Amino acid sequence: MTVEPIPPFERFYLAHRDEVLGYLRRLLGQRADDAWQETFLRALRAYDRLQHGRHLRAWVFTIATNVALDDLRAKTSDTLEPGDEPAVELRRYAFRELEHLTGGLPPTERAAVVLRYGYDLPYAQIADALGSSEDAARAAASSGVRRLRSAHSVRPSKESP
Amino acid sequence: MNVTPDLDARFRDAALREGIVDVRFDEVDSPIGSLFVAATDRGLCRISFWPEGMEDVLARTYGVRVLRSPLDAVRRELDEYFAGSRRTFDLPLDLRVAPFHADVLRELALVPYGRTETYGALAAKVGRPRAARAVGTVMNRNPIPIVLPCHRIVGANGSLTGYAGGLDVKRRLLQLEGATLV
Repeated sequence: MTVEPIPPFERFYLAHRDEVLGYLRRLLGQRADDAWQETFLRALRAYDRLQHGRHLRAWVFTIATNVALDDLRAKTSDTLEPGDEPAVELRRYAFRELEHLTGGLPPTERAAVVLRYGYDLPYAQIADALGSSEDAARAAASSGVRRLRSAHSVRPSKESP
Repeated sequence: MNVTPDLDARFRDAALREGIVDVRFDEVDSPIGSLFVAATDRGLCRISFWPEGMEDVLARTYGVRVLRSPLDAVRRELDEYFAGSRRTFDLPLDLRVAPFHADVLRELALVPYGRTETYGALAAKVGRPRAARAVGTVMNRNPIPIVLPCHRIVGANGSLTGYAGGLDVKRRLLQLEGATLV
């Protein structure tokens, strides 16, 4: 089996910088810039210790998630109240609205929901990002979705009055 | 969500300040075309006429933490050279080559501005008078052309012979320096 070589950092950085900024904006809003810089500094510090060039996208999302969770845990009071949001089912939300919608979730659930529904990452990679098992990542995402549904009183239309 | 130039520049500055970059590179415009230039903390390590694939070369040679970043001192000295106001370079160099190559390149650096030398004469200076062909190989793989002036090395009959940037570039560099060409 051939080992995928590690690309020059510049190439890795150009490939992921915009997407990671978008992700952090969704999680942190205007505080994202500092977290974004910290994400790529952490990546650069660790870059020469990588063993291969596989899964670099998931790896940088892992770092970004850790940075964002640190920030969110420190500043949970800044987050939005879910009750302020309109009652519409999660999957109908446009990608860019996830930030607004998930503001009231606990940090881990928020990251799991955004990575799953916003970035379409498989649960194995979300598990890496969250430092948990795949089952735990799945549970965090579905718990986040359940919480959003109940916060927004969303029910299947046929049950609506 | 595009990273703004300001945010990008702040990241690159922070990375350099923290000393976590193995090698940085830049592109410098010149009368002979765009030049790819690279430096480590120790000094200038590469100049190339062809940027394609150079980031991979840097990663293999100096480490994977390769980052684009302005190399102001290199740019300034090259600008001065091409303007005709600089005859020798003061840039520190980071030369990572085999011992024979290092010997030859050290002698090469002593060939004066505007003068030419033959492959055979350079071979003799490093004590290998019959190694003209090997000296040609060293010139061919010179990691820092222009600053290490392999354009000043010509065939025994004075013909230009070869150059990484093409014979036309070699001719123009020698003309810039006012060298006598056959």
